[in-house]
Amino acid sequence: MTDQHSRWRRLIHSRLFFPLVCLALVLALNVVITMVTTGSPGPFFDINFSNGTINGPLITILNRSSELVILAVGMTIVIASSGGVDISVGAVMALSGAVSVWLLGYGTLADNSYHVASYVVPYGVGLLAAIAVGAICGAWNGLLVAKLRIQAMVATLILFTGGRGLAKVVSEGQITKVDVPSYKFIGNFIQDGSGHNVVPVSTAIFVAAAVVALAGLLLRHSALGMNIQAVGINPKSSRLVGLNSGRVVFFAFVFCGVCAALAGIIATSRIGAVDSSNVGKLLEMDAILAVALGGNSLAGGRFSLAGSVIGAITIQSLTTVLYSVNVSADQLPFYKAIVVVLIVVLQSPELRPMLQRLRRRFRPTAGLRQVVAP
Amino acid sequence: MKHRMIVAGLAGLAALSLVGCSVGSEVDDATSTGVPDTSDPSASTDASTGTDSGYTLTPKDLDGDGLITVGFAQVGAESGWRTANTDSYKEYFVEENGFKLVFADANQDADKQKQDVRDLISQGVELIDLAPVTDSGWEPVLQEAKDAGIPLIISDRQLSVPEDLYLTYFGGDMRAEGDRVVDWIKSYAADQGITDPINVVHLQGTMGSSAQKGRSEALSVGAPANDWNVVYEQTGEFTQAKGQEVMESFLQQGKDFNVIYSENDDMTYGAIDALVAHGLDPKDYIIASFDGNKSAVQMVVDGTIDVIGECDPLLGPQVGELIKQAAAGETIAKITYSTEGLIDSTNAADKVTTAFGS
Repeated sequence: MTDQHSRWRRLIHSRLFFPLVCLALVLALNVVITMVTTGSPGPFFDINFSNGTINGPLITILNRSSELVILAVGMTIVIASSGGVDISVGAVMALSGAVSVWLLGYGTLADNSYHVASYVVPYGVGLLAAIAVGAICGAWNGLLVAKLRIQAMVATLILFTGGRGLAKVVSEGQITKVDVPSYKFIGNFIQDGSGHNVVPVSTAIFVAAAVVALAGLLLRHSALGMNIQAVGINPKSSRLVGLNSGRVVFFAFVFCGVCAALAGIIATSRIGAVDSSNVGKLLEMDAILAVALGGNSLAGGRFSLAGSVIGAITIQSLTTVLYSVNVSADQLPFYKAIVVVLIVVLQSPELRPMLQRLRRRFRPTAGLRQVVAP
Repeated sequence: MKHRMIVAGLAGLAALSLVGCSVGSEVDDATSTGVPDTSDPSASTDASTGTDSGYTLTPKDLDGDGLITVGFAQVGAESGWRTANTDSYKEYFVEENGFKLVFADANQDADKQKQDVRDLISQGVELIDLAPVTDSGWEPVLQEAKDAGIPLIISDRQLSVPEDLYLTYFGGDMRAEGDRVVDWIKSYAADQGITDPINVVHLQGTMGSSAQKGRSEALSVGAPANDWNVVYEQTGEFTQAKGQEVMESFLQQGKDFNVIYSENDDMTYGAIDALVAHGLDPKDYIIASFDGNKSAVQMVVDGTIDVIGECDPLLGPQVGELIKQAAAGETIAKITYSTEGLIDSTNAADKVTTAFGS
C-alpha cells in the first residue's frame, strides 16, 4: 500500500508527468469527439500495414511532428542556456533548403524552368551545404547574443525577417522543384526504382529520433548538459567557477541552427520543392510552445529534452486531431489556443498548491463519510 | 464625447448606405454637370454594362517623365501561378512599354497588403493595381486611393466593393472556372458509366479569396445537383505542403472517395504525393485541378490528373493594354474576364508547350 503510494507520488512529481497527461488528454479528445459525432471511437488508434507502408493516425502524427521535434530539441538548448528564444528557425529552414537546392541544381535554374532534373553536385554535398548554412546562421545568432550581448529575441529577429527574404533571393522568388526521386526520400519513404516503399515508415521519423538520441547522449554523457544548465541559471557565477558562459551560449545557437537546417531538409524533401515563402512558416512559435508544454521554464536553467519532444508531439497531435474532426485549417489557431491555455494552466506550479488547499478544505467531509459508511 | 462621435459616425454610415441602395440614376446627373463628386460613394450600375459608375479617375503621367508609374500590390509568391503572374507584370511594365513598376509583395497577409497600398499612395504612384489577398475590409483603403486621385485597378481576385471605388476589374471568372470543371466531371462520370456514388474530396484554397469562393461555390452548387457527396472539405491554403498534409489526414480516416477537387495545381501535387505515399495509385481516381502550370498539364498528358480548369496568370500585358486604353480616354468595362477553358486528355499535349510556370 505505502509502496504503491510512494510510487504513485514519484510518478506525479516527475517532470514528465504533466506533459504526458496533456498528450493523453489531446488524444482522448479525439476519441470523445468522434464518439459524439459518429457513435463509434473511429480509427484513431488503428495501425495497419498496407501497400508497403504502416498506416494509422498515430504514425501520421509521429511523421508530421518530425520537423517540430527537431526544432524543439534545438530550441530547448537555446532556452536553457540563454533564457532567450531563437525566433529565426523557420526562416533558417527556408534558407538552408533554398541554398541546398540552388547548389544541387546549380546552373540549371538559369533557363527559368525552376526544375532540377538531375543533381549537378552529389546529393550529400547539397545536404552538407544546408547544414553548413544552418550552422552559419546559428553562429551569427550566437555571436550577437553571446558576444555582443543582444537579447536573443532581438538578435534572432534579424534572421527572422531577413532569412526568408534571402531564401527568396537565392530561389529567385520561385518555387523550385526537384524532379530526382531520391530527393523526396528524407521527408517521405525510401523507395525502389519502381516506386515501392522499401522502408514501411517515413524516413523523417528516423531523422527526428536520431537527433533526439544524439542530443540526449551528448547532454547526458558529457559535462555539456550540466554546463548549459549552470549557465542558464546564473551566467555570472558560472563564469566565476571557470565556465566560459559565452562559448556555451554560442554553441547552443549553432546547434539550434543545425537543427533548423535538418528540419528544413525534411520540409523541402516532403514536397520535393523549395517554397521559400511557406517552408517553416510560424513553426518557430510552435517550437517555443513545445518547449513550454514540455514543462520547461522559458527563463532558462533546468531543462528536459524528453519534455520538449512530448510537447512537440502534443502540438502535432492537436493539429491532426482537429483535421480529423474536420476543423477548417484557418480556424485551427483558435482551437489550438484554447487547448494551449488549458495545458499551460494545468502545468502552472501555482495550480498544485491551490488544488491541495481545495482538497484539504473538503477532507473533513471525506473523513465523516468514512465513519458513517460502515 | 467618444460616444457622440461613434453615434455620429454610425448615422453617417447609415445615411451613406441608404443613398447607395436607392439612387443609381442621380449619379449620372452628377457627372453630367461636369463636376465630379469624388466623395459620393453611391454609384452602383449593373456590372455587365458597367459604362458609368461615377469613377472619373484615369491613368495619367503626372510627374512628366513620359512613363506611367504603376504600383502593383501582389498577394505573395504562394504558388507557381502567382510567380508566373508576377513575372508577367515585371516583364511588361518596363520603360519600352511606357511604364515604371513599383512592386509590393504582401506575403499572403491581408493586413500587410492594406499597408502596402497605403505606402504606394504615399509614394505617389500614378496608378495602383491591386491583387487582393482576401476580399473584405477594402473600402477605406480604396477610398484613400481615390481621394489621393490615384486610379486603381483590381486584378486576379475580385472585390465586393462599390463600383465607384475602382477603375476596372480584370481577371478570371472563378465561378465559371469551377462550373466548367464540375460539368466536365459530370459528363466524364456518365461517359465512363460510373454507377458508384461520387464521393468528392474538396481541397479549398486560401479561405476568403475570390478564387476559393468561386471554385468552392461551383462545387457546393454542383454536388447536390448531381447527387455527389462531399466527404471531406478542408483548406490547403493553395500550397503544396498544406495540400499534402490535409490529404494525408483525410486518408487516415479510411473513408471512400473517387474524386479529388483541388482548387489549384500546387495542392493537387501535394494530394497526389499523399496518395502515392499511402500506396494508392492516383490514376484510379478522378483528379480535377485548377490553373494549368506546365507540370500539371504534363500530368494530364501522363494521365495522373484528369482535368484542369484553366486560369490565365499572364495578366500583365492585358492589364497594360487596359491602362493604355483608359489613358487614351476610351471607356472600359467595369469587369473584363480573361479567356479560359479546360485542359484534359484531348488538348493537354498541345497545351503543355505553351503552359506557364514550371
